[in-house]
Amino acid sequence: MTRMTIEQAIHQALAEEMLRDERVILMGEGVATKRRDLVQDFGAARVRNTPLAEAVIAGTAVGAAASGLRPVVDLLFAPFLAYAMDALVNSAGKLRYLSGGQFDFPLVAMSMTGSGWCVGAQHNHNLEAMFAHAPGLKVVMPSTAADCKGLLKAAIRDDDPVLFFSDLALLHQEGDVPDTADHLVPLGQAAVRRMGNDVTLVGYAKTVEVCLQAAAQLQAQGIAAEVIDLRTLKPLDEATLLNSLRKTGRLVVVTEASGLCGLAAELAALAATRAFDALRAPVVRLTGPDAPAASSWVLEQAALPSVEAVVQAVRGMLAEAAAGREALAAS
Amino acid sequence: MSVEGSAAEAIRRLEAMLLVRAYEEKLAELQRAGAPGTCASVGQEACAVGVAGALEARDRILTNHRSAGHLIARGADPGRLVAEVLGRVDGYCGGRSGSLHISAKALGVVLTSTIVGGELSMAPGVALAQKMGHGEPGGIVAVFFGDGAACEGIFHESLNLAVQWQLPLLFVCENNDWQAFVHRRETMPGNAIAAWAAGHGLPVATVDGNDVEAVHEAARDAVAAIRADGRPRFLELATYRLRGHFEPDDQAYVDADELARWQARDPLQIQAGRLLAQGALDAGELAQLRERAAARIVAAVTFAQASAWPDPRTLTRHVYAEQGARP
Ligand SMILES: Cc1ncc(C[n+]2csc(CCOP(=O)(O)OP(=O)(O)O)c2C)c(N)n1
Ligand SMILES: [Mg+2]
Repeated sequence: MTRMTIEQAIHQALAEEMLRDERVILMGEGVATKRRDLVQDFGAARVRNTPLAEAVIAGTAVGAAASGLRPVVDLLFAPFLAYAMDALVNSAGKLRYLSGGQFDFPLVAMSMTGSGWCVGAQHNHNLEAMFAHAPGLKVVMPSTAADCKGLLKAAIRDDDPVLFFSDLALLHQEGDVPDTADHLVPLGQAAVRRMGNDVTLVGYAKTVEVCLQAAAQLQAQGIAAEVIDLRTLKPLDEATLLNSLRKTGRLVVVTEASGLCGLAAELAALAATRAFDALRAPVVRLTGPDAPAASSWVLEQAALPSVEAVVQAVRGMLAEAAAGREALAAS
Repeated sequence: MSVEGSAAEAIRRLEAMLLVRAYEEKLAELQRAGAPGTCASVGQEACAVGVAGALEARDRILTNHRSAGHLIARGADPGRLVAEVLGRVDGYCGGRSGSLHISAKALGVVLTSTIVGGELSMAPGVALAQKMGHGEPGGIVAVFFGDGAACEGIFHESLNLAVQWQLPLLFVCENNDWQAFVHRRETMPGNAIAAWAAGHGLPVATVDGNDVEAVHEAARDAVAAIRADGRPRFLELATYRLRGHFEPDDQAYVDADELARWQARDPLQIQAGRLLAQGALDAGELAQLRERAAARIVAAVTFAQASAWPDPRTLTRHVYAEQGARP
């Protein structure tokens, strides 16, 4: 294992994949400025600074991907994806299908988002669900350095377009990354970060840590929470989620993104449609508000689901169960 | 105008530039002490002051991430600006914006966007409303943007629409050679944005963006022309970003010689040097102007730091219209 930050893990993944496959190219506003060593190692033709023009950066990636290259584009902050949305959603996501399967779109669109930098809603917007909603696209949003490296490498090797989101607040966080020559984390696999029988807590990116801290507090109160890190938002690892839910019967989904039509809603639907019989309490969604992210530190932080809120939600679920049992016994 | 009158105006422009510089440098200092970073407009003060001085209160402007000069030149209170950067309630946007999207409707600073090109996408609409009678009579609209924004497709869409619909819109491109961490020469074949604009069939002018008098004159002519015929104009200001993109920024990627060349063309020094040479100002008076600007910024910081944090219970206010909130 080697300790490194998420930023370093991402860089390693890029370097390794560029070394492994000369079809991999990197494009974006300032990528060649930021990643000088990649320019040195792989040449300016493969590591390209672009004009400030997200629509054509993404479009170029789509065209190149369909024509033999494997582009990785860094679109910086997630809200800038709005300019790139046409190429990603209408072209990359649809033209395999509309061409009757004639084309592959092996491309990765990277961007950062999330609270922690006080930059406000035009830089901080967890809009990953918008892309999960679009057919043909895959979406990952890891929480650890090892997963960032392994999932980015897997995303680059995937023959479908993958949106790779990084959580701003986690970029400088360190973690252990396996030293194996080819550390890959397959798309579509969630990770069980902690085992427990009483309740399933699900998060991704920074809310995994929120769930883990809540689980630690709950343990002190005699409640065993299982914590699942989604890692890939699409395709969803339904099996891992359902297995956990059949065991615990209780689900709390914690996201920084707002709730309406988001991943939390999707998981609630999954629970209701596929594990209804196992549910012992209504699903709880703890999400960001239906509001743009404010810049002010206090407002930015107030928008995040807190550890206390998770603990309270779980205690509420279990208290209801206890009250229900008492009522039953009294009747 | 009398020579004295114009000297007084030139001194006022110098004062305004000094205030912007003092503000930007103070914010960089605050950032080093832990405050949120900002996109400083150091080196571009003449652009903001020269253009804003050619506009009237009835005119409206749109700006972007590098907006402090535009806001201050438009009369914004530095105390409320610092409060906004620090995320406090007395900021122009109640702390919701931070430094990157500060609008101040009462000052005619409308729809600031930090999405590069966002201001260019909205400017035709503001000008259309003006044209259709929803602004102050005779007002025009000016939109500030950078050379990087000109690389976004929306730049061309915006120009084309403004020309085709004959909108009273002044496009002000501050070509500062930088697009975040990428030099302009890496992103476009020529040096000038004006050539692209000219292709859309509107009158263009290019001036030294570090000479506030030249900027002012060119802006005045363009504004007068727009008021006369209601059609758009394009003004390119050749300037340079003397600090980094976003504080903190060590500028390690910047060519030192190029930076030094532009530092030698500091817009404040150009204007101060001119006024000293003309005898309109002496060294003592210049020092006084500097001190006055610095003192105003110190007071602004004191005000901002005393301002309260927003109440977290107001988190979801202003997402949607409130019933009966506006007549
Ligand atoms: C759509 C979009 N892409 C990228 C960014 C990140 N970014 C912010 S400012 C900037 C550079 C803008 O360059 P320019 O338009 O020349 O303005 P300047 O910063 O030089 O004033 C970049 C890349 C952004 N805010 N919005
Ligand atoms: Mg620029």
